[in-house]
Amino acid sequence: MELLSGADMIIRSLKDQGVEYIYGYPGGAALHIYDALFRQDDVKHILVRHEQAAVHMADGYARASGEPGVVLVTSGPGATNTITGIATAFMDSIPMVVLCGQVVSNLIGEDAFQETDMIGVSRPIVKHNMTVRHPSEIPTIIKKAFYLAQTGRPGPVVVDIPKDMTAPNERFEYRYPEKVKLRSYSPAVRGHAGQIKKAVDMMLAAKRPVIYAGGGVILGKASKQLTDLAHKLNFPVTNTIMGLGGFPATDPQSLGWLGMHGSYESNMAMHHSDLILAVGARFDDRVTNATDKFCPGARIVHIDIDPTSISKTVSADVPIVGPVDSVLKEMLSLVKESKAKPDPDALDAWWKQINEWRGYRKELYVKSDKHIMPQQVIEALYKVTRGDAYITSDVGQHQMFAAQYYKFDKPNRWINSGGLGTMGFGFPAAMGIKLHYPDAEVACVTGEGSIQMNIQELSTCKQYHLPLKIINVNNQALGMVKQWQDMNYESRYAHSYMDSLPDFCKLMEAYGHVGIKVTRLEDLEPAMEKAFAMKDQLVFLDIYVDPFEHVYPMQVARGSMKDMWLSKTERV
Amino acid sequence: MRRIISVLMENEPGSLSRVVGLFSQRNYNIETLTVAPTDDDTLSRLTVTTEGSDRVIEQITKQLNKLVEVVKLVDLTEGAHIERELMLIKLKASGAQRAEVKRTVDIFRGQIVDVTSTVYTVQLAGDSDKLDAFIQAVSALGVLEVVRSGVSGIARGEKVLAL
Repeated sequence: MELLSGADMIIRSLKDQGVEYIYGYPGGAALHIYDALFRQDDVKHILVRHEQAAVHMADGYARASGEPGVVLVTSGPGATNTITGIATAFMDSIPMVVLCGQVVSNLIGEDAFQETDMIGVSRPIVKHNMTVRHPSEIPTIIKKAFYLAQTGRPGPVVVDIPKDMTAPNERFEYRYPEKVKLRSYSPAVRGHAGQIKKAVDMMLAAKRPVIYAGGGVILGKASKQLTDLAHKLNFPVTNTIMGLGGFPATDPQSLGWLGMHGSYESNMAMHHSDLILAVGARFDDRVTNATDKFCPGARIVHIDIDPTSISKTVSADVPIVGPVDSVLKEMLSLVKESKAKPDPDALDAWWKQINEWRGYRKELYVKSDKHIMPQQVIEALYKVTRGDAYITSDVGQHQMFAAQYYKFDKPNRWINSGGLGTMGFGFPAAMGIKLHYPDAEVACVTGEGSIQMNIQELSTCKQYHLPLKIINVNNQALGMVKQWQDMNYESRYAHSYMDSLPDFCKLMEAYGHVGIKVTRLEDLEPAMEKAFAMKDQLVFLDIYVDPFEHVYPMQVARGSMKDMWLSKTERV
Repeated sequence: MRRIISVLMENEPGSLSRVVGLFSQRNYNIETLTVAPTDDDTLSRLTVTTEGSDRVIEQITKQLNKLVEVVKLVDLTEGAHIERELMLIKLKASGAQRAEVKRTVDIFRGQIVDVTSTVYTVQLAGDSDKLDAFIQAVSALGVLEVVRSGVSGIARGEKVLAL
């Protein structure tokens, strides 16, 4: 058997796990590991400019590929800088392994230089975390970390590695385990057959059904199963913002997304439904609005791999704990076998009603002859990329517009921080995707607020040649904050505007990229065409849009799902 | 309703803090908490008493189960069970009061485990209500110090919480 140092074992374990890229930043406690990285070529390391970006890069890659992202940082500030990224991944159940250096074991607890209790700090925002207590444990711990990150409901796993565990002169037998088993951890491998049967009976008897599909469909690789079942039943489908692409947005059965800024027809259909089939969704407050007024006539079937998601905020009538792909598949075969069929008259009437709701909003936004409207930016992006790009977003109005106006037909294409709402997420996430899919079109939709939260990564893009596109929807304000201030604070704009924006085009030039400023509608599409035609350049489109536009629909606070503002003046 | 949840978990550093962290993070309430290794020294048994609606208790048990180091758990209050808590209590015991303290301790079937000329230290085990009742009974006599272990519990009959 081979003898390796702890540091070499870490890198070898990553290689044996099939990891190609890791993202990180070196520092004292991680230097033995960085030295081990230097002495091999299998695992490639991307040096970011701030550790938070390393985590978002790994996260973006994980969301696009379905594989876990891997991060390597040092102790103390290196580790604490990852926290926002880890919390982002945790809220959206993204598989990730974060390796953190730690001060040497005998200094732990003594407030040593660059010491932070990373296990304690990260505990509430990880699926699990572990400390290496002996170098010989390293292969097993790393295997466990990947196993936990990827199975069941995925999530980030942190491994804390005291520096003495990686000492180069102490060598131990290395063998990477093929499998690990934990007696205390056994995620569900299939749903309860009786519950599935009961759910299918209810579905076949439903007169006003809706499928409410979340990020679990993407994470559980169940888009096909969902689409097949929805088609077979002719049920309408609404996706959460995490679930976009899980069901094709251009499919006639798609209602778009639901919730606070969801489509009118989605929210109306949900509210008036008699049966909700919730698939890999968690009845988040941005979806349900006030839970006591939530869909009063609906019985709820809820499929989720994580039992804690079921009946947490809204009680399920038929809970089904299991992987969404296998449960949906079993449902489809039961539907096919069943003698009972959905009532065609009831479904016809339901679709008629839904189509009326679809036609209710004649104009989704008002065009202006003075300004480019932010919605037009996304429409142009959709057109120019033929609806087939990887779109990441930051957080705020531009995120909502991107989710509303870019029609995602495939899973894993829409990459956003839905749960935590992390500004600064989109750009590094796009970098992680561009690195792995160099031939794909990758665009980050952002705003002048969000982009400045991780703008230092322009330098990383130069170093590793990441020619992604940045679509800066520039309304010269923190748009969503401003919208709330318009609606709830009589337009008192407390710190929601920025009157000292940099010249982004010059900034791009300084970093060796291309910046194009767009202020007129007629220049919008040509500029976008030009940007995407520059295959070898990172191009930043600084697009000035109407600074006063709001995102609609918007649910009325503490109302039911159907209580919405549809414009600045129309409330239904 | 008050519940007693018994948890069998990996006896590893940090396990306890995950449980305690979960309760504060999710805004659940801990009334009492006891923890010690079991006969199998790879396992710890933790007993927590908490209050909450059925929905909250369901979430608590699910969230506890989700912790990677939790092997098994049971809500003892769902069935017949035995609960015990140990209390050590120092009472003023001088003059005529000395006999009164002794009588009360006997009634509650406690034991005096340490004596000075002015103080009795009493050991008492029972369910939490009994300990409350004893404190009430001796409160007029001068309670100097109270230490309670928190609740431990076990199901009645054949049911066991083990691997």
